[in-house]
Amino acid sequence: MNIVVLVKYVPDATADRQFEDDFTVDRVNVDGLLSELDEYAVEQSLQIKEKRDGEEITVTALTVGPQAAEAAVRKALQMGADKGVHVVDDAIAGSDSIATSLVLAKAIEKLGPVDLVVGGLASTDAGMSVVPAMLAERLGLPQVTLASVVETQGDQIRIKRDGDVATEVIGGTLPLVLSVTDQSGEARYPSFKGIMAAKKKPLETWSLADLGVDAGQVGLGAAYTAVEETAARPPRTAGEIVTDEDGSGAKALAEFLASKKFI
Amino acid sequence: MAEVLVLIDHVAGQVKKPTYELLTLAAKLGEPSAVYIGGADGAAGAAEAVKGYGAEKVYVIDDAQIKGYLVAPKAEALAQLAGTASPAAILLPSSAENKEVAARLAIKLDSGLITDAVDLDESGVATQSVFAGNFTVKGKVTKGTPIITVKPNSAAPVEKAGAAAVTPFEVTISDAAKTAQIVASQPRKASGRPELTEAAIVVSGGRGTGGDFSAVEGLADALGAAVGASRAAVDSGWMPHTFQVGQTGKTVSPQLYVANGISGAIQHRAGMQTSKTIVAVNKDEEAPIFELVDFGVVGDLHTVLPAVTDAVKAAKG
Repeated sequence: MNIVVLVKYVPDATADRQFEDDFTVDRVNVDGLLSELDEYAVEQSLQIKEKRDGEEITVTALTVGPQAAEAAVRKALQMGADKGVHVVDDAIAGSDSIATSLVLAKAIEKLGPVDLVVGGLASTDAGMSVVPAMLAERLGLPQVTLASVVETQGDQIRIKRDGDVATEVIGGTLPLVLSVTDQSGEARYPSFKGIMAAKKKPLETWSLADLGVDAGQVGLGAAYTAVEETAARPPRTAGEIVTDEDGSGAKALAEFLASKKFI
Repeated sequence: MAEVLVLIDHVAGQVKKPTYELLTLAAKLGEPSAVYIGGADGAAGAAEAVKGYGAEKVYVIDDAQIKGYLVAPKAEALAQLAGTASPAAILLPSSAENKEVAARLAIKLDSGLITDAVDLDESGVATQSVFAGNFTVKGKVTKGTPIITVKPNSAAPVEKAGAAAVTPFEVTISDAAKTAQIVASQPRKASGRPELTEAAIVVSGGRGTGGDFSAVEGLADALGAAVGASRAAVDSGWMPHTFQVGQTGKTVSPQLYVANGISGAIQHRAGMQTSKTIVAVNKDEEAPIFELVDFGVVGDLHTVLPAVTDAVKAAKG
């Protein structure tokens, strides 16, 4: 069984994130790391492998991104993925979700028959939550997405999904694309042994040429959307803060709400 | 004028408010056509509802072959409709499922996609709020048929009579699209409170509640507000995940957000910092949430909130 887990290298959400002059996300001057939400995808991939003890299962961590993005694959290998693939090419910079899903689809095809593609709930930078669905469409696969519980048996998968209006149980047959939420279970920390073992695990680097993707199909120039401006939201200035003493806080708050016509 | 397709957000034919907001935005770009995907019995009611918000046409797509499956059949249906109607744009209410429908649709139609727009102007430029609400981005789709998912509360719905001509549309759903099956579905219990993402006022609780949400719920009910929760409260099992406000939960942008016993980590801010007015109650005067507030009370939410609730009730008589 072949599992591919999608990992993205993103600017640290707690850092001071910025845009470049061409309105792309600054991925160089801000510290990056494996997107927190992708750790859950790695975790679920490893859990599937562990639960199906005795079967031959390979978990491959796949990323598309600049040089530094290798760190995201490394982290997945430290957590326990078996091998890594990093697609890196200068032409990819500025790619939108449509181009990214194209590159991922080609990389997955190159990896050979894949049973399960696993992604996270969203990236913590662009946060569109669309790549798993786009990838499923490109690969002609079903998607079972936003899972909070995952169970597999043979070629069958069942997930629980907390939908917008209902909690649903979804069933599907492999191969398919799965995405998991942060409710699916705490992601493990790499152990010392895991960190040492990761150094010896295979990590391949592929270019667009390796995938047979034309450089003109990806990157900022090929994007299907154009950003016209970005603007930092004016910082909120702290308003009035009062300390409650014997009910004074409630009284002041009620007066504030009344002054704003909420009551 | 070219049509602009608007996917109706409804439950069993009961049309939800974001639909009207999208119809209002659609009128800026062309002639709004509402798209109803649902059971035949709800179609007439839905058509009547959107008639009051400028829908010139109402495409009715029977969901017999769609409702038991996840995402893919809906995307096929919309792609077939787009092939016939040649719309100027396709607008969908932003929800987890609709964003995935839009994603598949974008690939099928070889078209650009913008998600979670909070505004849309006449030239098709969409505004988004990104990086935990720290930046706004304006952009537009430059290839194919613009597909845009729009967040609730992005426009004030404008009432306007439309023809709402009911147009049944037959779709053919492939077997390949019917492979992720909904095995069981447990509809969420109606709380009687407004929908979290659509509410004008949200009252939230976090770790500081200690698991007792009665004071938070009491104030919410007095104000006619939705109840929200921080990730800490959800992870502790005090509230279901569907109540979570933040990066991995719902993003809300109400007129008033009241954060109680919530420290205000970046992940929580991501879900609420575009709220118009922010109020916080927290015992810890150092809590980062106080950097955001228009008004803050350093105090115990379990005593402050009931007193505010009484004041609200008294004021409302």
